[in-house]
Amino acid sequence: MSNTFLGMPTLPVFGQGNINATESFPQAARRELANTQLRANLGHATHTIRDKRLKVVAELPDWEDMRNAGSAIKDATMANLPALLEQFEANFTARGGIIHWARDAQEANEIVTALIRETGETEVVKVKSMATQEIGLNEYLEEQGIAAYETDLAELIVQLDHDKPSHILVPAIHKNRSQVREIFLREMPVVDPNLTDEPARLAEAARKHLRKKFLSAKVAVSGANFGLADTGTLTVVESEGNGRMCLTLPETLITVMGIEKLLPTWSDLEVFMQLLPRSSTGERMNPYTSLWTGVTPGDGPQNVHLVMLDNGRTAALADEYGRTALNCIRCSACMNVCPVYERTGGHAYGSTYPGPIGAILSPLMTGIKSEENSSLPYASSLCGACFDACPVKINIPEILVHLRGEDVDSKRAKLKVPTQMDLMMKGAQWAFSSGSHLNLLEKGLPLGKLVAGRDKVIKKLPGIAGGWTQSRNIPAPPSQSFRQWWDKEHKPGAAVVPGTTINEGEQA
Amino acid sequence: MSAREDIMNRIKSALRDAPETPVVPRAYRRSSTMSDAQRLEQLVDRLVDYKANVFLTPAADVPAKLAELLAGTSSIVVPHGLPQEWLSALKDDAGAPAVHVDSPERRLTVAELDAVDAVVTGAATAVSETGTIMLDGSDDQGRRIISLVPDRHICLLHAADIVEVLPEAIARLEASRPQTWISGPSATSDIELERVEGVHGPRTLDVMILT
Repeated sequence: MSNTFLGMPTLPVFGQGNINATESFPQAARRELANTQLRANLGHATHTIRDKRLKVVAELPDWEDMRNAGSAIKDATMANLPALLEQFEANFTARGGIIHWARDAQEANEIVTALIRETGETEVVKVKSMATQEIGLNEYLEEQGIAAYETDLAELIVQLDHDKPSHILVPAIHKNRSQVREIFLREMPVVDPNLTDEPARLAEAARKHLRKKFLSAKVAVSGANFGLADTGTLTVVESEGNGRMCLTLPETLITVMGIEKLLPTWSDLEVFMQLLPRSSTGERMNPYTSLWTGVTPGDGPQNVHLVMLDNGRTAALADEYGRTALNCIRCSACMNVCPVYERTGGHAYGSTYPGPIGAILSPLMTGIKSEENSSLPYASSLCGACFDACPVKINIPEILVHLRGEDVDSKRAKLKVPTQMDLMMKGAQWAFSSGSHLNLLEKGLPLGKLVAGRDKVIKKLPGIAGGWTQSRNIPAPPSQSFRQWWDKEHKPGAAVVPGTTINEGEQA
Repeated sequence: MSAREDIMNRIKSALRDAPETPVVPRAYRRSSTMSDAQRLEQLVDRLVDYKANVFLTPAADVPAKLAELLAGTSSIVVPHGLPQEWLSALKDDAGAPAVHVDSPERRLTVAELDAVDAVVTGAATAVSETGTIMLDGSDDQGRRIISLVPDRHICLLHAADIVEVLPEAIARLEASRPQTWISGPSATSDIELERVEGVHGPRTLDVMILT
């Protein structure tokens, strides 16, 4: 049970599946931003949930104490992961559960498929799960001739619309009620044609649509919110009861869980079951939480499996500056407060994990060089709202900056010729290295005024500086710099009376 | 090499720098500072906020209250360990619902459960601060399925089993038992973040607190 590693260090093995952006963030964001309906839906939804969260967090006198505990528990989990995994495995197995290990998305999909085949079934019901989205399980099962039915209302909406989730908690956050109504009328085989767009009526339509499926399902696939090492217990946190249906009614239950989802002890749940509901839905507690430890004879599924998934998590763990991203409990508070997410929505991030946490988690799991993931760490203004909201205090801005550095280094390593940015930085280094250098450059200010012309704005800069003027103008520079003005005013002999020296006409 | 060994080696290699294990600061509240009456009041407030129906009932009045709540109901299911006296008033009444008892010897099928109108169970404990009732599959609460499939759940809770904060409940619960924590009836906020009560779980939750 020793954690000391004595073998040969291995290179990080990166993950695969739906954690890659296939289009760069700026490109995808530009398209998404043009969708005004999306921006209206998102603005409304993120602000509603943000306000709710603030209200219930303010109720607790010990919220910060809880965050400190949560952060330390997760750090301790990662530091002792091998021993905790072994402990969890022993406890879960002792109670009749069966554990499988999957190195990557492909292996996990194959294991789940084989387990379903063993039952002879060709249909499964599913509880909303980020892990199974990450590995693309539904698509894989479909290729294998197995139909997977999403049962969470938002996932159902997304699946019926052949769309992709855009938020980890409210996957259909980008759809409003009338859009949902249209999808139901179009896609549900049996539906009341007089269905209105009231959320209560829409929820009822979903209940009717899924009821038979639940009552006859033989196999369910779920994720897990927490795995408790000292007892071997798994947890699913939900609202609608679809989770309870899937976890209780079928004969076979297959759960897919990332290896980082463990907590060391049963009592750690007392911290996380306070942090999670308030951070995610802004509720004091979510309507339903289910906990199970292996098999309970006569109660619930008698054939209980767990697939432990790596898929790049060990690569994230190997990055000592980035590994705290694995502390994430998928609450989605960071995306709800993010000014970038609020405008672009989740699809712009390309990966299963959108928003600030996705911008660090995705490249950490796939490696910064994978597909377009190197553009994700730039999808932030580094305002820090995500760090403030994070219930386990992941310093997302710091990791974003770290990954930007990785990106620059990885690109520089490829090039022999210095880039424009390198030349600019060299130039800046020279300019700021001495006062006389700066003086020399400042003599060029009137030139800038000339370029700006009569309307006194510069609309387009050349080269990579053009990125700055892509969406904003630069006002014309003043005809002299502050330093030049100071020198003039403080020349020996110049009459200086404090407080009267500023010539406003000069300081444009 | 097996996938398990492979992953374990990857983890150990990733932790080559031997990150230190922090001491967990547990400065948060782990025990109640409220009186019994305050806890009761807080729980009622939270449950009502979740749109559950709450009834404060002296223990002696439980049979009559239960009969009142079930008037017009044609059938119910109860776990085999539910105190018999709670149902005593149902037997005398001609219009009383048929009572199906779910027991290890006679487990009701999904179809049978789908046909009953309501389920009556006890509860293990409840957290007043969050308005959460915990079921742990004890004999008075039964299998998880019986409190899930019927559309109405009547849950009886002893006032003495109410704690204020979650850590107190965690200390009372045994991890190995299958558990369901319930905070109001089934709900969703998936459409425009507007909360709607009643999706797949019981759409009506009645909580009777025995005082």
